[in-house]
Amino acid sequence: MSLFNQRLSIILTSLALLTLTGCAQLSVEPWVQPYERQNLADRIMRTDRHPIANQHVAHVYEARESARGSEGVGGGGCGCN
Amino acid sequence: MAVTKLYQSAGCSILWILFYLSLSSVSYSTVLPEERADVLYHRYEGGGMTIDGPAVLLRKKANESIAFSAYYYVDTISSASVDVMSTASPYSEERKEGQLGIQYLRDKTLMSLNIRQSDESDFLAKSVSFNISQDTFGDLTNLSLGLSFGDNDIRRNGDEFFQEQSQQYRINAAISQILTRNLSVNINVEAVSDEGYLNNPYRTVRYIDNNLPSGVGYQVEVYPRTRNSFSTKLSASYYLPYRAALFFHYRYFTDSWQINADDIEIGYRQPLADTLELDFKVRYYQQTQASFYSDLFPYQDAQNFLARDKELSDFNDITLGVGLTYQLPEKLTFSDMRSEVSLQWDYIRFNYNNFRDPTVDAAVGEEPLYQFSANIFRLFFSLYF
Repeated sequence: MSLFNQRLSIILTSLALLTLTGCAQLSVEPWVQPYERQNLADRIMRTDRHPIANQHVAHVYEARESARGSEGVGGGGCGCN
Repeated sequence: MAVTKLYQSAGCSILWILFYLSLSSVSYSTVLPEERADVLYHRYEGGGMTIDGPAVLLRKKANESIAFSAYYYVDTISSASVDVMSTASPYSEERKEGQLGIQYLRDKTLMSLNIRQSDESDFLAKSVSFNISQDTFGDLTNLSLGLSFGDNDIRRNGDEFFQEQSQQYRINAAISQILTRNLSVNINVEAVSDEGYLNNPYRTVRYIDNNLPSGVGYQVEVYPRTRNSFSTKLSASYYLPYRAALFFHYRYFTDSWQINADDIEIGYRQPLADTLELDFKVRYYQQTQASFYSDLFPYQDAQNFLARDKELSDFNDITLGVGLTYQLPEKLTFSDMRSEVSLQWDYIRFNYNNFRDPTVDAAVGEEPLYQFSANIFRLFFSLYF
């Protein structure tokens, strides 16, 4: 198994174990109540406040940089000759 | 083969995540994306290229459980970039992209299916993606998992016999966590695997050839037919005491072509009164070169794989961005629906550390390192139903 596949497997397995033994099972109560989340719910806090602009930003970087993935928006196609 | 191993190694973990998602029974539910329509004009100018065009995004609910989305985007490209000018002629082309999506909300689980097609004269890309996410732990935690498959048909203009294909597989997992009443964080990991023809069919590498008057020869690039990459991104959003938002992200990227990359971004959003929002951002990106990249090879067929694509070289770039969003007064909007106009401007500076500018008159291999800057504008109108 390559280093890449080992790394992927370890991270995903850790993620699964973390969720399987999740906070609820550890008897940890949610510490921020719904009525305390008005700041987080404010629209200025949204990273997808302008989704159509985010798509374009991701496309600009995708065409000019080698890094890819984890953007949170779809990409693809080019225009990068 | 690489793809098979990738999915086998990840498969067990994915099943556990899906199993947990199916059993979780916390009582808060998530919601469908808000209904909205956006119309955008984008323009990119830099490095001898001008790219502009429109884009449209529509999101509409059918009922409280199902929503649809549609996205259409056009790139009109006029290119006289340094790659093109060194070995070819300026060209123009157009790329059209369309996406259709459906979101299904069941209890506290949100599932979405998206299909996408991008069409150019020499490149047809089709993909389908599926994503599932769920709020849990009193809505403090959101888990998501996404899968995507893409199929590409590659052609070369002017060569009717050229026809190649490539496939792309993506798997993505993310956890979003509310940490305090003002701070939320997100960890996103994604693996991408490509198989097939991954070259650009027009690009060439250059090599020293003392038999030619110019002292330099050109041959076509040769890339490996597989590429596996892995990225991890940490994001945070923080609400400041005087109603402003601070954003941060750091991403680490590595791939089987031995490219390592990092990018870090800090953003700040400041509302002014009830009608204006100002956005500022700074982003820095750096990457190392692919193992088979060289600006100038010592002779023809110097190695099995050859690349001189500046996107595979060692370089960095920095982005400075500013944006303004204005909420239109009621007399200028439709019915009682909220609407906004936004303008965003990004300035990007690219600095290449081992890609030289062959258009400059200098000895082969001693040309100045290439660098350029680009200005990007986005003007868009948003309507909320």
